Amino acid sequence: MWRRCLLSGMAVWLAATSPALAFVAYVSNEKSNTVSVIDTDKWAVTHTIKVGQRPRGIEFTKNGKFVMVAVGDDDKIEVIDTATHQVVDSLPSGPDPELFTQDAAGKLLYVANENDNTVTIIDLEKRVRLGDIQVGVEPEGMALSPDGKILINTSETTNMAHFIDTATREIVANVLVDARPRYAEFKRDSSELWVSSEIGGTVSILDPAKRTITGKIEFNIPGLRREAIQPVGIAITKDGKTGFIALGPANRVAVVDATTHKVTKYLLVGQRVWHMAFTPDEKYLLVTNGVSNDVSVIDVPAQKVIKTIQVGELPWGITFAQP
Amino acid sequence: MIRWLIGAIGLSIVASSAFAADPIDIRVGYLGQAGIKSKLSLVEQPSENDGIAGARLAIEDNNTTGKFLNQRFFLEEIRLKDGEDVAKAAMALADRNGIIIADLPADALLKAADALRDRKTVLLNAGAIDDRLREQDCRANVIHVAPTRSMLADALAQYLVWKQWKRWLLVVGSHEPDKLYADALRRAATRFGAKIVQERVFEDTGGARRTDSGVTLIQRQMPVFTQAAPAYDVLVAADESEVFASYLPYRTWDPRPIAGSAGLVPTSWDAAHDQWGAIQIQNRFVKLNSRRMTARDMQAWTAARMIGEATSRTNSGDPKSVFDFLKRPDFSVAAFKGQRLTLRDWNLQLRQPILLVDGRMIVSVSPQEGFLHQYSELDTLGVDRPETKCKLN
Repeated sequence: MWRRCLLSGMAVWLAATSPALAFVAYVSNEKSNTVSVIDTDKWAVTHTIKVGQRPRGIEFTKNGKFVMVAVGDDDKIEVIDTATHQVVDSLPSGPDPELFTQDAAGKLLYVANENDNTVTIIDLEKRVRLGDIQVGVEPEGMALSPDGKILINTSETTNMAHFIDTATREIVANVLVDARPRYAEFKRDSSELWVSSEIGGTVSILDPAKRTITGKIEFNIPGLRREAIQPVGIAITKDGKTGFIALGPANRVAVVDATTHKVTKYLLVGQRVWHMAFTPDEKYLLVTNGVSNDVSVIDVPAQKVIKTIQVGELPWGITFAQP
Repeated sequence: MIRWLIGAIGLSIVASSAFAADPIDIRVGYLGQAGIKSKLSLVEQPSENDGIAGARLAIEDNNTTGKFLNQRFFLEEIRLKDGEDVAKAAMALADRNGIIIADLPADALLKAADALRDRKTVLLNAGAIDDRLREQDCRANVIHVAPTRSMLADALAQYLVWKQWKRWLLVVGSHEPDKLYADALRRAATRFGAKIVQERVFEDTGGARRTDSGVTLIQRQMPVFTQAAPAYDVLVAADESEVFASYLPYRTWDPRPIAGSAGLVPTSWDAAHDQWGAIQIQNRFVKLNSRRMTARDMQAWTAARMIGEATSRTNSGDPKSVFDFLKRPDFSVAAFKGQRLTLRDWNLQLRQPILLVDGRMIVSVSPQEGFLHQYSELDTLGVDRPETKCKLN
């Protein structure tokens, strides 16, 4: 209690003295087996945390106290205490966990296990596996519908978005998308589901109710070969009006009008851009650049890259605590 | 056969609970040769199931996807023994299978293709790398998944030129495939600005690949064979027949790297390749086949995956719609090469990046940065549209 008073007191003090609230981002570095902690007040790495082998998917727990990071080559998810910056626990995922998502209450974790075509459900409190769902070949992207009723998993070689009923834990629909679907993201109002296809080079727009494709975002960058445009990470603003899509080796983030699904701008970032996360106030978007070993900071209202922060080797995932 | 039946029964149970309609069955034939070609290195000795093991994995992958689409895939294998009639075998296989994956030498492949021409059965060539099959001898019912010699040679040449190893000592074996590879290497040198400072022929005088005191003799032969060469940066060996190239590294008169058939080797796949999600297919392959995945396995996997891609996109198992889909300009397939693979419409050759490997690691992947092309950088590898001699009809 005393600590909480002190912390909230500090937060008030920070809010009063600095122009913007400082947030903390955690970035997984796939090659260096570390997690970099970025302070958005300083725009600098303040801590580097050693984790297991090949860290990729990374997310805060709902209470903001811990960060979970999938360490695929160690076949588990490690838990970092954000107060001490130490790995304090691990969760029993299936083999080679990559991306995961959790329910709104922060009680259940759904993990894509690339190696055995399953999605694993983990009880976060009891730290046990509750079960597995058989999906297509090489499951990857994971997203939960805003009402928590439908879990989306994308399978990279089957080329599908699987709709899983979270109550029965059974697949209720499968939608074919373009090749190598890697990431799925809902609009907050559940009106649309976006799925990026890395090799297909498109983002499919799905109607979550009808479970069909209603449109596609196409990319065309003059002077760049088509094969280099490989959409991966997706972020959509809370108001559902603007989308940002990482284009991998095209070294760009596409800014998309989320109503017309047309690209309005391409922002040049670092090399092989992977994933992205907004600061909780949505003023900034941070994107990981896998080959140039840095994170680009995008000013969201201005739609401009304003900074680059050096992190570990081959940065992959990124997460912010929600206030 | 029994295993094949069990697989079918297992699948039908899964399918029947979810679908009322009859499943779509897609039957794929695999036409290969019996026996294996011996390699100089014992660790590279191919398995009896080299090639088809990859097709089996793809059939398994396709069936995982097929569960959601009410499609079932089956693979039937025929291995030709010496003297057996390839046309007859191809016809028999085509009686039961709509599409055939072929791992045959060039002449046999042409016989099979011509035998099946009138019944419009499509062959996917997963083995033969001969350029002529895509040029003057191209066939309208053959899709080529294997890369060509010229694609392999160009991939190697781009890297050697990037590395500034532009002076080559070319050593060629005395068999026909070696000469064809040497032709492709000469063409590549001219295209990318390398210079062949001298050519030598390594005569195959016969003899066993395995002997009890082999090393002693080789250690004396190879330095002598490579002495008194003009100044060169890299020795490029054309030895598809596996007679001498693997004896060259560390034994040349001058201390020089080796490339081509030994040392730095261009290939469509290697067991060491782990980029772009490849670690997943490598793991799946080892789990299924208890050995590592070769280039031939990958070529067969890609062929069978292309069929699965077509049937899932068209929601049809009809061989003609599969073939039409594969020939569509927007067709592409993902095969762990970091970019989509597409078909050259002028000769039905699959465009693909080529790995450069040293037997333990991936050294590089071609096309190299800076080799530009107005349509696709993958078309900097091999014979391009303006040069083609192929007329499909």
